[in-house]
Amino acid sequence: MWDYVKLIALGAIAVLAAIAANYARDLAYMVNAIEVMLVSAIAFVVVLRGTGDAKVANSGEYMDGLIRAGVALTAFWGVVGFLVGVVIASQLAWPWLNFEVLQGIGNFGRLRPLHTSAVIFAFGGTALITTSFYVVQRTSAARLFGGGLATFVFWGWQTVILLAATSYVLGGSQGKEYAEPAWHIDLLITVVWVAYLVVFAGTIMKRKEPHIYVANWFYLSFIITIAMLHLVNNMAIPVSIFGSQSVQVTSGVQDAMIQWWYGHNAVGFFLTAGFLGMMYYFVPKQAERPVFSYKLSIIHFWALIFLYIWAGPHHLHYTALPDWAGTLGMVFSIILWMPSWGGMINGLMTLSGAWDKLRTDPIIRMMVVSIGFYGMSTFEGPMMSIKAVNSLSHYTDWTIGHVHSGALGWNGMITFGALYFLTPRLWNRESLYSLKLVSWHFWLATIGIVLYASAMWVTGIMEGLMWREVDANGFLVNAFADTVAAKYPMYVVRALGGVMYLTGAIIMAYNLWMTVKAQPAKAPVNANNAIPAE
Amino acid sequence: METYSFLRELADSWGLLAMTAMFLGIVVWVFRPGARKVQDDAANSIFRNDKRPAEADKPHQAKEA
Repeated sequence: MWDYVKLIALGAIAVLAAIAANYARDLAYMVNAIEVMLVSAIAFVVVLRGTGDAKVANSGEYMDGLIRAGVALTAFWGVVGFLVGVVIASQLAWPWLNFEVLQGIGNFGRLRPLHTSAVIFAFGGTALITTSFYVVQRTSAARLFGGGLATFVFWGWQTVILLAATSYVLGGSQGKEYAEPAWHIDLLITVVWVAYLVVFAGTIMKRKEPHIYVANWFYLSFIITIAMLHLVNNMAIPVSIFGSQSVQVTSGVQDAMIQWWYGHNAVGFFLTAGFLGMMYYFVPKQAERPVFSYKLSIIHFWALIFLYIWAGPHHLHYTALPDWAGTLGMVFSIILWMPSWGGMINGLMTLSGAWDKLRTDPIIRMMVVSIGFYGMSTFEGPMMSIKAVNSLSHYTDWTIGHVHSGALGWNGMITFGALYFLTPRLWNRESLYSLKLVSWHFWLATIGIVLYASAMWVTGIMEGLMWREVDANGFLVNAFADTVAAKYPMYVVRALGGVMYLTGAIIMAYNLWMTVKAQPAKAPVNANNAIPAE
Repeated sequence: METYSFLRELADSWGLLAMTAMFLGIVVWVFRPGARKVQDDAANSIFRNDKRPAEADKPHQAKEA
């Protein structure tokens, strides 16, 4: 019965999408409508083929099929996102790479949101959904709640990625940083996200463990806060139901404040809280010892929750935003130093008594470097939010360097660590294909980040100083184009750092692939997962 | 009083006080007597139930299979 309801709904969506494609007022919308039609047609066929099969309840097993797909897709989106990053870094260094024939599709302005969303929402988002499903099942000792709903969440999110990516390159953006998707994609995100919350919270509610493990607290706060941020920041009225364009409900400084309240908490809850959930599970597991201080982890959690939400205004220093709001954002950003470093210490000290593993285990090395970058970027961020520092750093490449030391160093490295941890376990393999390749990945990525960040420090501070330089009569010394010319060498170094980071990720993808293909299966072969008996 | 001024005053007086008190309350709660046992158990829960979900009401049983 339920299958027939699904079939009718999917068929209706496909027909409506076809109608929408016919009446589409812009290319981005039309392509999106065709994609929705195809996706629902595929889903229709999948459901149809399963109709009438007896549904097996499998409550004695974890739902790991989706997690395997998630591991593969995380690696895939990582490579794609880093590749687009290398392309746009090269376009900045050598502007002729904005080819004339690709204007309007492949120029920097169109590819830049593609890069940011590919790494944050495709690579990071898939990693978060995948690891959260893995972690919440193991720490709750329960199968995912909601049966097929988890499948909807997973593939719904992949559909969001597909729609957003094609929409961006064809110009369907609402012009809000990290919230570019047009209104119709925002609606799909909302539905998928609510379903995600139901699956995650439902699994926690039916847990067999008495306590909710701290990683789940971080994941849960990430899911709830992103839902709230997404709804408020995307309050918009479509110009036409058949077009991508929409008008924001708020305007001017209110809109700017809402945008950066969203933007900073996307950093705080998507890229920090969610990934801290990963840290609190995978670091203790890989180190084979419990987290250093469970008390500290609870305080870390609540301090982040109470503080992060206020820090957004530091993105709007010296603008039309009231001074007090800027000061508030600055003060809360500085207070955030404490919980961030508390969390870093907690992660690092989990290795106390097991520091020798750093020499033998490149995966734990990756995780430790990731926590180190978490500490460094959460030190740099509050410093840059101080108004006096911000007057130099704002609008310069220093900001881009800061973001990338956090994203490449912290988010990237902890995700790589989690993927290396998960792959042998999910495919029931003795070990990874090659630890030597993990070491290669580690060093390529680390040196790449160092090149990237130091190039951006130099160019950022240089251009900040050049912009404010005045001569004896009070006239500005440098034209904007002078700073652009002066940045060329650093842009080349930055692109080189990106190439190294990308190469490392490709090596990882190869290593994971060979782990599944070429490594002997563990005996006894048991479809589901694999932890050695202690 | 207009809404803006009212909310502004609420936020920087009672609102701020309530949130600070809540946070301090949580910190005290974390250090309550007897918390260590519960917290150690939670911290070690990641080493249980790795292979399959626990039997109903017996989370510790599936410790090693």
